[in-house]
Amino acid sequence: MKFETIIGLEVHVELKTDSKIFSSSPNKFGNEPNENINPKDLGYPGTLPVLNKEAVNYGMKASMALNCDIADETVFDRKHYFYPDNPAAYQISQDEQPIGEHGWIEIEVDGKKKKIGIERIHLEEDAGKLTHTADGSLVDYNRQGTPLIEIVSDPDIRTPDEAYAYLEKLKSIIQYTGVSDVRMEEGSLRCDANISLRPEGQEEFGTKVELKNLNSFAFVKSGLEYEEKRQAKILSEGGKMEQETRRYDEKTKKTTLMRIKDSADDYRLFPDPDIVPLEIDAAWKEKIRAEIPELPDARKQRYVEEMELSAYDAGVITASKEMADFFEAAVDHGGDAKLVANWLMGDLSAYLNKHHQELHDLAITPEALSKMVKLIEDGTISSKIAKKVFTELLENGGDPEKIVKDKGLVQISDEGQLKEIIGKVLDNNEQSIEDYKNGKDKAIGFLVGQVMKETKGQANPQKVNQILKEEIEKR
Amino acid sequence: MSLHKYSINQLEEMLDKKEISAQELTDMSVKQIKAVDNDIQAFLTVTEEEALKNAKAVDEGQATGKSLAGIPVSIKDNIVTKGTRTTCASKMLENFTDPLYDATIVEKLNEAGAVSVGKVNLDEFAMGSTTETSAFQKTKNPWNTDHVPGGSSGGSAASVAAGEVIFSIGSDTGGSIRQPAAFCGVTGMKPTYGLVSRYGLVPMAPSLDQAGPITRTVADNARVLQAIAGHDVNDATSSKQAVPDYSASLKEDVKGLKIAVPKQFMTDMISEEVREAVNNAVKVFESLGVVCEEVDMPNVAYAESAYYIISSAESASAMARYDSVRYGHRAESAESMIDMYKQSRTEGFGKEVKRRIMLGTAMLSGEWNEAYFRKAQKVRTIITNEFKQTLSEYDLILGPTTAQEAFKLNETPDKQVTQMNDRLTTSVNLAGVPGLSVPAGFTKSGLPLGIQLIGNHFDESTVYRAGYTFEQATGYTEKLPTIGGSEQ
Repeated sequence: MKFETIIGLEVHVELKTDSKIFSSSPNKFGNEPNENINPKDLGYPGTLPVLNKEAVNYGMKASMALNCDIADETVFDRKHYFYPDNPAAYQISQDEQPIGEHGWIEIEVDGKKKKIGIERIHLEEDAGKLTHTADGSLVDYNRQGTPLIEIVSDPDIRTPDEAYAYLEKLKSIIQYTGVSDVRMEEGSLRCDANISLRPEGQEEFGTKVELKNLNSFAFVKSGLEYEEKRQAKILSEGGKMEQETRRYDEKTKKTTLMRIKDSADDYRLFPDPDIVPLEIDAAWKEKIRAEIPELPDARKQRYVEEMELSAYDAGVITASKEMADFFEAAVDHGGDAKLVANWLMGDLSAYLNKHHQELHDLAITPEALSKMVKLIEDGTISSKIAKKVFTELLENGGDPEKIVKDKGLVQISDEGQLKEIIGKVLDNNEQSIEDYKNGKDKAIGFLVGQVMKETKGQANPQKVNQILKEEIEKR
Repeated sequence: MSLHKYSINQLEEMLDKKEISAQELTDMSVKQIKAVDNDIQAFLTVTEEEALKNAKAVDEGQATGKSLAGIPVSIKDNIVTKGTRTTCASKMLENFTDPLYDATIVEKLNEAGAVSVGKVNLDEFAMGSTTETSAFQKTKNPWNTDHVPGGSSGGSAASVAAGEVIFSIGSDTGGSIRQPAAFCGVTGMKPTYGLVSRYGLVPMAPSLDQAGPITRTVADNARVLQAIAGHDVNDATSSKQAVPDYSASLKEDVKGLKIAVPKQFMTDMISEEVREAVNNAVKVFESLGVVCEEVDMPNVAYAESAYYIISSAESASAMARYDSVRYGHRAESAESMIDMYKQSRTEGFGKEVKRRIMLGTAMLSGEWNEAYFRKAQKVRTIITNEFKQTLSEYDLILGPTTAQEAFKLNETPDKQVTQMNDRLTTSVNLAGVPGLSVPAGFTKSGLPLGIQLIGNHFDESTVYRAGYTFEQATGYTEKLPTIGGSEQ
């Protein structure tokens, strides 16, 4: 039997507001445990939540960027469950009136474009963090009250690759809006996946399984791939799926059972009487809409149309806002768009991957890259020399012209000077001249190499080629 | 000299003229507590040292010109006080010695120069109407110690009636200020929802809770409310409306006011003596040129049901945080997390609190959420609209505060009587309007009775004006209980 896979993703994104969503404590990552807390964050009796408008603004901005309709009135609800990381024993979330609904994003897999629906986006507070030790469990409430948006996709995703593309796109769009760092490794983006299979052609959904502990986009994909096979096997053998929550194991790349959901969890939701319903009028919405920057798809199109990048290159450059901003700044300084893009996608990306760094960790400025590209274009340095300059720029920054001058890296294009060097090389390599004349084209490569060695790589390669041939002819 | 005899206005004058010092006033308060509280059992914590220190600061001029400078006050023990134990009369919080912050009301009292002498008893987490569900002690009615003071602000009302303090701050979710005020022969105001900040008032049911003053006289009450009312950035449900000058409106003429007396407040469940007291009040008002008319408010009859569903649901939610993880009673023998929760809560909460947690949890669970909780919310809206409608035609609504006099200690009151009591007071919380209980006479057995004046949202001024006029015309406030309050 052939099956169709149905995937829905629930993504939590931390908003980087100055303070928490319902208290005035700082919203910061990486401090000492229980440093950023007040009585409210500890659930002390009598404390009250006061909604942080900045969190609403951020949530609204993200919702708009993801093409959601924004609620005219949004309501916060109490979701009850007992756990030590949840000090009030209820989480303030949104149930029936979330801030955003009916959104979508467009993904591209194997050159095919597809819209994935977003059912809803709601605001809520994050919980604290537990650490289990031999002597007992410790709770850190720094994260308690960090504003979150939960983005719930429609069950529109059909393959693990689509899930991966959805996450990449979602991350990219949110990064552009600037409301979150969207760093999975810091927990500012977290993903749970629902997956079910149904016989091809069947309308009704199969029983879904929820996957947890998916700590990277690659793990999401790998977990879904495993789960797809596991479920297909069970169903093919006539088995029945149970509604369960399963944990992904990074080492084995398998999923294991956490718990079976025998009935829907009852969180006893009701509107939080401490928070009045929030009216969002047209003027407020417009103000936020005006703050949304150009998003990745629009930029990509512009780069293709105005800067003549290929669709692929434009896609790679615009995936990260930081990269796209850098690219645009370098082009604004006069660098050739195609060349700038090549350096960013090539050497720079390789360097970042190798050193696990991000663009802002590097010393290079857009202006420097643009200058360097110009030096290549006007023949001052060769592409090969440029690699040296580029490494210097990445690691220590500075002005490419000065680096080239100080290190004596200027390309030798002077014909007289080159003829003299080439003359010497030819004098010492008569065998190669012979070989070349006998039709061994490879010999010319060797001779070019000798010239480069003599000039420490600074000779203009085109010129060397041209003069070499002329000089050999003369002999 | 006994504290009983003086109003805040009079004490202010005496303090100004240096006829008495704030320290002497505090001393009188503390002495009275020592003299009578063994019998009355109003106080859970007496903060004598701090009170004297604060009174000294007042005498040194630190609160000059402040509206409550040097006036001794008691605070219901569900209002948090920084550095002072706040128990909610529950074993759960018996050792909750520092809530880390002051409630906004407490801050405002401090700013006004009031001197707190301690924290007073209540039904556990304000759940009850006799103060008998307190985990620590049973407060007695100063008029007759065989009777309860009412509740849940029983400690507040008793401490004022017994002359231990000039005024007290109570809280009222379904009648918890007005009912004990009526039982103890003092004046209690449940302000409009949103007038007084709830920040630091330990919630019982947040959509219904309001703190308010319990005083001997209406003029004192207006003065205290003035000091504690107003917008608070820490409470999103607090109103931004400007607070009018309540004292200024007291003496305005009541002539021409229209008062509605709902049939549904005057049923067979009301005792004869209470009925007489209300009829007498109607006569008094009519003699002053007020128009009193009987009205029909049919939906008020559903108040007690809606109230029980909503308040229990909200209470169950509010009680969930007492899990022993960060503060509060923790069971010693628990072996797992779930055990810790179960045992700590089993040991820490009393019967009434557990009853409401169970009821409230059920009201929010599964299909009952829609069938009961959401439906009760709809009933609440209907009741609110009925109050609005009546108060668009009348300036005030008048009725009894309670169906009968104070219950006897350890007595299980008739269910129909308690339901009637609930209707009289909880309907006002559901509608969010202000309600004032004013002394309205005594039963043959010598226990006080109260009438309730209910006004429109944020129209405490008219409520106080009518209450003040009634008080001046009748003089019921003048009579004092013999225990503690006497000159002997």
